[in-house]
Amino acid sequence: MDHPSQGIVPPQPPVIEPGYTFATVTDKISSIVLTRPVSNGWLIGFGIAFLIVMILLYAVGYLFVRGVGIWGVNIPIGWGFAIVNFVWWIGIGHAGTLISAILLLLRQAWRNSINRFAEAMTIFAVACAGMFPLLHLGRPWLFYWLFPYPNTMQYWPQFRSPLVWDVFAVSTYATTSLLFWFVGLIPDLATLRDRAESRVAQIVYGILAMGWRGSARHWSRYETAYLLLAGLATPLVLSVHTVVSFDFAIGIVPGWHTTIFPPYFVAGAIYSGFAMVLILAIPIRKFYGLEDFITERHLENSAKVMLATGLIVAYGYAIEAFMGWYSGNRYDSFLLWNRLHGPYHAWYWALLSANIFFPQILWIRKLRTNPLALFLISGVILTGMWLERFIIVVVSLHRDFLNSSWGMYYPTRWDWATFIGTLGFFTACMFLFLRLLPGISIFEMRTLLPEAEVKSP
Amino acid sequence: MQIFHRSTNTISRATLFGAVFLISFVLWACIEIQRSPYVTYAKVVRPQPVPFSHQHHVAGLGIDCRYCHTSVEASSFAGIPPTKTCMNCHSQIWTGAWLLEPVRESFRSGKSLVWTRVNDLPDFVYFDHSIHINKGVGCNTCHGPVDRMPLMYNYASLQMEWCLDCHRDPAKNLRPRDQVFNMRYEPPSTLKPLTLDGKQYTDQLSLGVDLVKKYNLRTVADITSCSTCHR
Amino acid sequence: MKENGKSSSQGACSGKKNKLMFETARQRLAETTGPEYWRSLEELAGSAQFREMIRGEFPQGASEWLDSVSRRGFLRLMGASLAMAGMTACTKQPLEPIVPYVRQPEDVVPGRPLFYATAFSLGGYASPVLVESHLYRPTKIEGNDKHPASLGGTDVFAQASILGLYDPDRSQTHLYLNQVRTWGNFVEAIRGPLHSQKAVEGSGIRILTRTVSSPSLADQLARMLELYPQAKWHVYEPINRDNVYAGAQLAFGQPVDTQYRLENADVIVSLDADFLYGGFPGITRYARDFAKRRDPDGGEMSRLYALESTPSSTGAKADHRVPMRASEIEGFARALAAALGFNPGAGTLPHEPEVRLVGAIARDLEAHRSRTVVIPGDHQSPVVHALAHAINQALGNVGNTVIYTDPVNARPVNQTASLRELVADMRAGKVDMLLILGGNPAYDAPADLGFADALKNTSVPFRLHLGLYQDETAELCQWHVSETHFLEAWGDARAYDGTVTIQQPLIAPLYDSKSAYELMALLAGQSEASGYEIVRGYWQKQHSGADFDQFWAKALHDGWVEGTTFPARQVAARPAGLPAPEDSGQGIEINFRRDPSVYDGCFANNGWLQELPRPLTKMTWDNPVLIAPKMAERLGLASEDMIALELNGNTRVAPVWIQAGHPDNAVTVFLGYGRRRAGRVGTASGFDFYPLRASGSPWFSTGLKIQKTGERYLLATTQGYQTMETPNGDTRPLVRSRSLEEYHKEPDFAQEGKPPASLTLYPGYQAQYEKEPYEWGMAIDLNACVGCNNCILACQSENNIPVVGKEQCNKGRHMHWLRVDVYYQGDRDHPQAYFQPVPCMQCENAPCELVCPVGATVHSTEGLNDMVYNRCVGTRYCSNNCPYKVRRFNFLLFQDWETPQYKMMRNPDVTVRSRGVMEKCTYCVQRISHHRIDAEREKRRIGDLELQTACQQSCPAGAITFGNINDPNSQVSRLKAKSRNYGLLEDLNTRPRTTYLAEIRNPNSELES
Repeated sequence: MDHPSQGIVPPQPPVIEPGYTFATVTDKISSIVLTRPVSNGWLIGFGIAFLIVMILLYAVGYLFVRGVGIWGVNIPIGWGFAIVNFVWWIGIGHAGTLISAILLLLRQAWRNSINRFAEAMTIFAVACAGMFPLLHLGRPWLFYWLFPYPNTMQYWPQFRSPLVWDVFAVSTYATTSLLFWFVGLIPDLATLRDRAESRVAQIVYGILAMGWRGSARHWSRYETAYLLLAGLATPLVLSVHTVVSFDFAIGIVPGWHTTIFPPYFVAGAIYSGFAMVLILAIPIRKFYGLEDFITERHLENSAKVMLATGLIVAYGYAIEAFMGWYSGNRYDSFLLWNRLHGPYHAWYWALLSANIFFPQILWIRKLRTNPLALFLISGVILTGMWLERFIIVVVSLHRDFLNSSWGMYYPTRWDWATFIGTLGFFTACMFLFLRLLPGISIFEMRTLLPEAEVKSP
Repeated sequence: MQIFHRSTNTISRATLFGAVFLISFVLWACIEIQRSPYVTYAKVVRPQPVPFSHQHHVAGLGIDCRYCHTSVEASSFAGIPPTKTCMNCHSQIWTGAWLLEPVRESFRSGKSLVWTRVNDLPDFVYFDHSIHINKGVGCNTCHGPVDRMPLMYNYASLQMEWCLDCHRDPAKNLRPRDQVFNMRYEPPSTLKPLTLDGKQYTDQLSLGVDLVKKYNLRTVADITSCSTCHR
Repeated sequence: MKENGKSSSQGACSGKKNKLMFETARQRLAETTGPEYWRSLEELAGSAQFREMIRGEFPQGASEWLDSVSRRGFLRLMGASLAMAGMTACTKQPLEPIVPYVRQPEDVVPGRPLFYATAFSLGGYASPVLVESHLYRPTKIEGNDKHPASLGGTDVFAQASILGLYDPDRSQTHLYLNQVRTWGNFVEAIRGPLHSQKAVEGSGIRILTRTVSSPSLADQLARMLELYPQAKWHVYEPINRDNVYAGAQLAFGQPVDTQYRLENADVIVSLDADFLYGGFPGITRYARDFAKRRDPDGGEMSRLYALESTPSSTGAKADHRVPMRASEIEGFARALAAALGFNPGAGTLPHEPEVRLVGAIARDLEAHRSRTVVIPGDHQSPVVHALAHAINQALGNVGNTVIYTDPVNARPVNQTASLRELVADMRAGKVDMLLILGGNPAYDAPADLGFADALKNTSVPFRLHLGLYQDETAELCQWHVSETHFLEAWGDARAYDGTVTIQQPLIAPLYDSKSAYELMALLAGQSEASGYEIVRGYWQKQHSGADFDQFWAKALHDGWVEGTTFPARQVAARPAGLPAPEDSGQGIEINFRRDPSVYDGCFANNGWLQELPRPLTKMTWDNPVLIAPKMAERLGLASEDMIALELNGNTRVAPVWIQAGHPDNAVTVFLGYGRRRAGRVGTASGFDFYPLRASGSPWFSTGLKIQKTGERYLLATTQGYQTMETPNGDTRPLVRSRSLEEYHKEPDFAQEGKPPASLTLYPGYQAQYEKEPYEWGMAIDLNACVGCNNCILACQSENNIPVVGKEQCNKGRHMHWLRVDVYYQGDRDHPQAYFQPVPCMQCENAPCELVCPVGATVHSTEGLNDMVYNRCVGTRYCSNNCPYKVRRFNFLLFQDWETPQYKMMRNPDVTVRSRGVMEKCTYCVQRISHHRIDAEREKRRIGDLELQTACQQSCPAGAITFGNINDPNSQVSRLKAKSRNYGLLEDLNTRPRTTYLAEIRNPNSELES
């Protein structure tokens, strides 16, 4: 297939450094999984992550025993960290799907070297996100009442409620992403199967490869399936976070009830998603010496995407503020005041600087291509996006309509434990993934090689 | 070099295919178990201190329901007869029967008989006998052929779907008030028509529809409001 | 009765949520024998960690109410797995027993409650009440609507008393030196000493009671004194009316009780009297009469001037509220009397602004001669009372708005003097037998009398304490006899108007307890006499006639005894002048007041009262020192700062709370906290100020020294933000209020911001209900509401609402379905205060319903916003989306599922909610269903006001009206038709079914300028 790196103005760095052949690419990537010994760095990193997962388990166990009262939630602030984290994680997931699906359809070949772990990121992020709606229930053991199934009460879920839409949106999203990721893996699993030394590995990879022989028929079927899935996944990138944003937009709470939410949430999602991609990509390419595959070009492209989406988010804030003033609605204008001067104003200013002011330095090309700088900026943006959700959920709720019912939200150690726990869970999954599966799509990388072009008709 | 036997192809296909059926079977099983007597106790006889036979007392001796269940017309709770009620007769007849010893013992010692609840609704459900009786719902509509129960069991599943089945269409179960306590009541049919207020009915539906008006039942929307049963 | 009590509670098992095996309950209680039980309690109370918990983040109460949650939590988990196994709501139910009577009493129909009339007494004054009884288990207290002293209303203390009956910490056994004893042992033990007293005519016997208004008990005591001529009967109660009677002495040379007829009063001047809050004799009647005259649409609206030494709900309702140090009130009263033209001896003239005030009030009083009333506070000096009497007489109020009667108190002696005498005798070794019948003097006696010390160190050979709790006093007596709760015992008592109510028991004593009547009978030699025989016997003597049985039956049925109401008395004022005023000194003044919730400490172990937000501070579980904003600034104090208060040598450390409208240069402390042996709820919560209280100046004294300690203390209020003005300078029209003049100019000022009915494309909201026979709605008259908090407790009692503890309150997780918001307006030193009761608004267009994913909150056909607990999964989305924040969530397992007594207390008609479930006001849907079914059976409609919600039924002011708004003639429809009627946050188009009648004040135009 033809690919866009030709005919693009020279100064752009290539998506893969010259001098590689099919064989070398395959070697380089598969060796990470098959031949390289487990490095101490990996062991330590995974060990720490694993410990944090244990903390998560403890926090969740205690939660089930005592009830959501162990968190800082109260009346009026009925939703706290749980929903903040949920939205944050779901958002992060989006970049993966965007890269693998939308960029595929747009024939952005450069995505080939990052889509694999971006998809993995999506799946793990969605897994983290998926926990929270369950955990935050008062009676989590009755979660299944949100599904429409024939029951002895002859009572359906209430389809007008955005939370029910969430159930469908998120579960669809999780399933599709998983399928997409797995299908994408099959050819590489086969490669691993064939190159694996140990019997066990051969069998495991063999089973997963589902008898892939790389015959022409396989390939053509594969291409079709992959395209179809990409087609399926594409609308989800937009729909899922739109639905999530409805959780708020449907409510009448000042700060929630606004029509700008869907686009602004999607933009925010991709914003944070790409930040997370960079946070992962930069160390990976460093430690596994993949600078040749994940080149400055990738970093720069991601940075550009962040810059763009960041500006959309900024626009969102601007409109919110403008409407607060322009609508003349006493509750909206107070909301604006409260964000700027209220008890949580420090958080709001932090959010503004982290999401709007600070990232503007990405206009500087030098920084866009400097891994360290990008790593730091991404970190800041991720924090900022988390703060955004905190502001939306908590600050909107803590002072709504009735002055008598105003309150404050103080997260407890259990809130933190659960949040950090999911971070640990996510990291642990990433570590395992890098160890057991090709972090970069081998066969798709091959298509980036000059050799590949010969085949193109 | 081939690591898998060629049969693997078939096996893997079979697994994928089978999984679908397995999962749907499990779900189906869960739902069925929920409706089974194992959970609902429907038609399951429960242990009682005295093997009291409704069949004997109702069909055999023709004692009216209200002789024992005194508050059924006045209160939400139909009432379980005090030992005194049993002794009204059994101080005269079967005075020596060993089966009745617990009853006599209770009467002597003043310690209550401890029966096992048969028709037991969850605590968050508030059922009122008096209003059902008053609107023409027969005893055996819910409690079944009590007069043919040598040992008492609950006739219906008592699950919400069962309640709703009637609350969504009361007409199909209503009967004239004077028939409420009639255990042998049969809905009108072409063979046994029923005359009420000078009008002859040959089928339950037309009768029910008229009774709904006659006893001015609240609308279906009313009696399916949550707070009708849950407070 | 005992038989009933027993068998009934067996029958109770047929009820819904009360499957309590009474016998097993009894056993479990019996098993915890006195000493062991005590030890465990003391561990709780005494241990260091426990005290830390109180200071730290897990305050007392929280620990109590969250105890053993984790264990129950595990059970929940198992429940969870079960539920998951079977994919539906109802998991397999366990087999449950059902236990009929052996012989069923005739009057009881299982499933239908019965109501009995009886009386709850506080400070000697009876509140006539009706008690709802389910199979002989009292579950709810209502006012006796036929009784002139109640008219259906109750106060918070009466409402909460039912929890006292079932308090597991109540004294359950008789004790001798902390060893369990039977009543028989006691009878044996007391025989000897009594016998030896016979010889000396009982010169060694001292009986100490609280204020006694019970005719039969007074009679018993009198006969006791005949039997032992040398014996002495002492009376002491920390919240006493000594000054009232002293004032009457000054004015008339004899003690009298004063009643007020507020329905006749055009102008009311309160000299530091909080006559609209529970505890003031006659409050339920006064609140009703006061409210009657506050209707701007009917008749002349009365005007209330309130001079206050500490902000109170009375002041909040006043048209002119003047903060004034308690010691300056006397000067003001003298000035007022002078302005009205008679010289009460030279008065210390009040400050400049008050001179103007005195003039204005005097003119206003003159203008309404004989239709005015001056009400002095119980704690004000005798002189103030005398002046009030003088002024009332001079204005010709006596007979119209003021009525004098014999004192309800059977022994109107000076109680402080009485106690002082007793202590003197004890120290002098004259006392051989000290019988303390009720009360807790070891804790609440004035510090300088050193009663506790005398009890501990003087050798009174025989010390007996009869009480509901094994408290501080019981600790110092060899003998403790556990006392019956008023719902367990026969007795009688007088209401504020003298009417006697026979106090009939609702249930056989839960434990082996005795009443004061039975104890007195024993002392008088008739050891076997039951309370029933005693009381009935006494009234037989009073009403000896063939028709006694009818007389008795009627008395029990109606709740009062015919012809016992005191007649008005003609008393002539003595010409003798008043003592010359002495200068109170300019030091910082400290006010001692009964706590709005725990009274003098006797309700310290009552969780409902502990958690009841105080009317103005909204404080729960504590009694901080109230201080004026100005003063706080001067002393550099912030709320929650700890300060050391030093008064003539004694020092107490307590936190500060800045209270807008508190007079400057004075602080208020509330008595009744800091108990050492109250029980699991009350022990060591709050701070004890009795040690600062001197017998000479029990109510206020100057010369207080305040020292900031630098520590902080966590206080839990349920309303953090108390003004309608938002920090960005906007003022939200939550409580809408105008002056009477403005209201006449602009009658529909309250309609501002009301959305037009045509705002929706859907069929009109009313349209869909027109076919319905009923459409429920509520109107709350903010003018009538006096912020007495009674509705909150009525609701808590009716709807099985749990107590959550200080920690949870502080987090904003209190569970009250109905709250009373208070808002301040104007400057912090002279603010206007407004009360606003907020139940669920039952919106037509309810935001909560739309967002619930499982449809656990839905609209009923009669317009109720149903809350289905058993369907709720606890997403809390509904609460987030509720603009009124009236929804309450069980964040943890708040409900106590284990204590057997509480199981007996619960209302069987209301689901007991568990962990993880949302709950809220239901308009008492259980009562609606109950009445609807009855009405349908009788083929009629529910009559107007036949069906009342719990909050409405016992509201003393009649501020809450609930009913069918489909019926244009129903009272609620008529109220909603008024121009004052408005919906809270109506501009959100939620279409609330609960609406408010805007508040109208009636200020004196002369003072407005």
